[in-house]
Amino acid sequence: AEKEPSWETPCTKLLVYVSTPGCDGFPSLDSNESYKLSVSKGSMLLSAETIWGALRGLETFSQLVGRDENGTYYINETEIVDFPRFPHRGLLLDTSRHYLPLKAILETLDVMAYNKFNVFHWHIVDDPSFPYESSTFPELSKQGAFNAMTHVYTASDVRSVIEYARLRGIRVIAEFDTPGHTLSWGPGAPGLLTPCYVGKAPSGVYGPINPIVNSTYQFVTSLFQEVSTVFPDFYLHLGGDEVDFTCWESNPEIRAFMAEMGLGQDYRKLESFYIQRLLDIVSSLGKGYIVWQEVFDNNVKLRPDTIIHVWKENNLQYLNEMANVTRAGYRALLSAPWYLNRISYGQDWIEAYKVEPLVFEGVPEQKALVIGGEACMWGEYVDVTNLTPRLW
Amino acid sequence: SWPTMGRAMGLAGLLLGLVVVPAVLVSTNLRHGAPRTEAEPEPSGWELAADAVPEDSLWPLPQWVRTYPRQLQLAPSRFQLVHGAASSAGPSCGLLQDAFRRYYEYIFGHSRRRTWGRRPLAARAEPELFQLQVVIEAGDPGCDRHPQLASSEAYHLTVTEPVAILKAAEVWGALRGLETFSQLVHEDDYGSFLVNESEINDFPRFAHRGVLLDTSRHYLPLKSILTNLDAMAFNKFNVLHWHIVDDQSFPYQSIYFPELSDKGAYSSNLIYTPTDVRLVIEYARLRGIRVIPEFDTPGHTQSWGKGQKDLLTPCYNGGQPTGSFGPVNPVWNTTYDFMTKFFKEISSVFPDEFIHLGGDEVDFSCWKSNPEVKEFMKKQGFGIDYAKLESYYVQNILDIVSSYNKGQMVWQEVFDHKAQLKPDTVVQVWMANNYARELSRVTGAGFTAVLSAPWYLDYISYGQDWKKYYSVEPLNFPGSEEQKKLLIGGEACLWGEFVDATNLTPRLWPRASAVGERLWSSSNVTNLQDAYKRLTNHRCRML
Repeated sequence: AEKEPSWETPCTKLLVYVSTPGCDGFPSLDSNESYKLSVSKGSMLLSAETIWGALRGLETFSQLVGRDENGTYYINETEIVDFPRFPHRGLLLDTSRHYLPLKAILETLDVMAYNKFNVFHWHIVDDPSFPYESSTFPELSKQGAFNAMTHVYTASDVRSVIEYARLRGIRVIAEFDTPGHTLSWGPGAPGLLTPCYVGKAPSGVYGPINPIVNSTYQFVTSLFQEVSTVFPDFYLHLGGDEVDFTCWESNPEIRAFMAEMGLGQDYRKLESFYIQRLLDIVSSLGKGYIVWQEVFDNNVKLRPDTIIHVWKENNLQYLNEMANVTRAGYRALLSAPWYLNRISYGQDWIEAYKVEPLVFEGVPEQKALVIGGEACMWGEYVDVTNLTPRLW
Repeated sequence: SWPTMGRAMGLAGLLLGLVVVPAVLVSTNLRHGAPRTEAEPEPSGWELAADAVPEDSLWPLPQWVRTYPRQLQLAPSRFQLVHGAASSAGPSCGLLQDAFRRYYEYIFGHSRRRTWGRRPLAARAEPELFQLQVVIEAGDPGCDRHPQLASSEAYHLTVTEPVAILKAAEVWGALRGLETFSQLVHEDDYGSFLVNESEINDFPRFAHRGVLLDTSRHYLPLKSILTNLDAMAFNKFNVLHWHIVDDQSFPYQSIYFPELSDKGAYSSNLIYTPTDVRLVIEYARLRGIRVIPEFDTPGHTQSWGKGQKDLLTPCYNGGQPTGSFGPVNPVWNTTYDFMTKFFKEISSVFPDEFIHLGGDEVDFSCWKSNPEVKEFMKKQGFGIDYAKLESYYVQNILDIVSSYNKGQMVWQEVFDHKAQLKPDTVVQVWMANNYARELSRVTGAGFTAVLSAPWYLDYISYGQDWKKYYSVEPLNFPGSEEQKKLLIGGEACLWGEFVDATNLTPRLWPRASAVGERLWSSSNVTNLQDAYKRLTNHRCRML
C-alpha cells in the first residue's frame, strides 16, 4: 500500500563525513569505495572511509532526489550501505583508430562517474595513429598523429584528463601497446620497427617492434620513463596482444638471432624475450603492469603480481581462460563479453548484464583473483560523432 | 546510354594530371564551416595518394562524368551563383535564391572569407571561375511547386572558364546539379578553392528515392528532422516518408481532431503542430524532397484510441470486453465517417500527390474475439478469412483517399491479402524473406513497387554494413522489361524502436548514403573499393 509521503522540515544539509584524511591523492586498486548513506527526518548523513567512497555516495544521493509534479524536490527516508563487488571497474577508449577530442574524453569521464566506473583505460596509441605528444620523443606524434597540429594530446591535455578523472575517483591507466600494434611509432622512431623482407630484400613494409637490437630497449626505457612519470597510477597497461610473427620470420637478422639463442622456430619465445625485458624495465621504474591475455597464453615468464586482461571471445572460451589465468595464480580482468564496439540490433545491454564474471570452474581462491573487468569501445568505427550514443 | 566514363576519364586525367595536379584532399571541413578543432577522420599521410581524382569526391556518382586536369580557381569574394540569361527562372524564384545562398555557404564556409583577399591577383596560377549560371529550360521552372514523382531531376553541368553552366529542365535538376557542383569544388593545401574543368550529364536511375523516419516510437524534435533533410539533400534523396504516428504515440496535432494528440502524444510538448508540419514540408520542398505522410491503419493504431473513442475494436474474452483494444474497427460506420473527415484534413495539409495508408501487420486476434465483428463476417460471407475483412476496410479507405484526388501507397500485406487496389497504388515491399519474388508478384500484377526490404537500417550490425546495402540490385527479380519499369525506387527505413535524437544522425548516416547511390547511379556502379574512397570523402564532407 502506498503511504502518502510525510513532508518533514525541508532538508538543508547533506553532511559528508570521511574518516581517512587525504584529498590530494590518487585513487588506486586498493582504494576503499564503501559508504553509508542515511536519510531520515531532520538529518542526512553520508559517511565513508575515504573521499572515494564519498564520491560514490554523492552519486547515489543525487539519484535518490526526486521531483514531484509540482516541481518540489524530495527524498525518501533511506538507509544505504554500499561498496563495490569488484575493485577494478573500467572503460577502454581507443584514441588511435579515431582521435577523440579532449571534450569527448572528459564527457565520458562524467558518465563513467554516473555509473561508478573507476578506471579509464586509455588505449592511447596503436597502428593507425600516435596522438600522444611525448616530450622525450616529439617526433612520434609529429610523424605519427593523423594531424600533428590538431589530432594530438598535449602534456596539458593529458594532465587535464588525469585530474578530471581523479576528481571523480577514476584512475587513468595508459596503454602503450607493444610489440605489435605499433605501426604509427615507426615514422617517428626510425629503426624501432622490424623491417619485413620479401626474399633477400626489405619490402619497405614494417612489422612489430624489433626485439633483437639494443636500441629498441634504450628507446623503450626512455619512453616508459616518461610515461611512468606522466601517469601517476601504479599500473601501466603494456598491451602485448595480436603480435603477427610473419614479419619477424621474414627478417634474416631475426632468423639468425633465433638460431643463435636456440629459440628454434617458436616465435612466441621471441615475443617472450621482448616482453620479459619490457616487464623488467617497467618494474624497475616502480610500476605494476597489466597485459593482454596472449602474454600469458604464450608462456611469457611473468611476475606474480601481473594482471592478465582476458579479451578473446568465442563461444564462452573466456571462461576457460579466466580459470587458467587464476589457476596459475595471476589476477584477472574480464573484457571478453563486453566488447561494446560490436554493436547489434535491439537491447544488447541485456547480454552484457547477464554476464557473471565468476561463473568459471575454480576454487574460491581463484575467484578472488578476479579483480574486475572493463567495457571496451574500440575505435575502428567510432569517433566523436557516435561515441556517446554507442557507449551509453 | 552514356557509359560511366568517369573512372576511365579519371585515369587518363591522372596520367596527364600527374605533371600538373598536386595530390589534393577534398575539402572536408567546410560543409558547415566546422571549426578546425573539430575531429574529422583524415587519412594519414601515406594515404594521401597521388591518385586522387576529382571523381573521388562525388556521391552519388553521376551517370556521365568527364573531368580534365585543368583547374580553375574560385574567389569567395567574387564567385557567384546566378540565374543564366536564358533561364525561365529568375530572382523571383525563391527556391533557387535560397539554394544559391545555401550552396555558397557549403562551398566556402560561413567564414570571413567574404572580405576582399589580400594576396595580389598576379600570384594566381589558375584561371578564375567567376560564376555558375543556372539555366532552367522548361517554360515553367516549377519554382513555387512541390516536387512530384514525375518531376525532372536531370541536369547538365559544364565547368569551364570563365563561367560554369548548369542546365536543367526544372528547378529540381538544378538542385541536384548544385549539390554535385559543390562536391567538385575543393581546397588545395594553401586554402585556395579549386575546381577541375568538367562536364557532367546526370539524372536519377530511380524516381522514388526515400528515407523513412518514425516519429511515433520516439518523438523526433523538429531540428532532427530538418538536419536529416539536409543530409538527404547531400545524397540526392527526394522522398521523406514520414511514419508520423503508430501504436506508441500520436504526435500529429490534428485540426479536426485535436484530442488525438492531446491524449495520444507522449506529452503535450512532444507534438508536431500545423506550423511544424508546414515547416518540414517547405524545408523539404526547397531541397526537392517530397513529404509523404503515413497514417498507418487499421493496425498500428493503439495511440489513436486514446483520443478517439469508439474507433478501435474492443477485444473480448469469454463474452466480455477485456478493456483492451485492437485494430481500427472495420464494421462501424462511424469509423468511415471519422476516416473521411480525417483524411480530408491530411489531404489538404500534405501537398504531395500520395499518402501512405500503411496496412501492415494487422493482428486478427482481437477482431476474431469481437462478437459484432464475427457477426459482420458472417453477413458479408467472408467465412473465417479475416484477410477479407482487412481488405474490405482497406478498400474503403482507398476509396476515401481517392475521392480527395490523392494517390495511395501501401505496405505489401495489402496486396498480399488481395485487396482491390487502385491501378496507381504503390506497393512498398518490406518483408525481407524472398523479397525478389514479392517484387515479381507485385509488378507482375501491374502495380508500381517501392523496395525497402533489404534496407532496414534500424537493423544495425558491427562493421561496414553499408557494403551490404550498396550491393543490393533492385532489379534482380524475375520479370519482363515492363515489370522492371514498375519498380520506381526504394526507401531506407529507420524504424524508431531504438532511435531518438541522441543517435539518429550517426545511425542513419552515412549508411543511408549507400542506398542513395544505389537508387541514383547507374546499375554498373558497383565497385566497392571505388565506393569506399568516394564515401569516405563524402562522409567527412557531410560532417
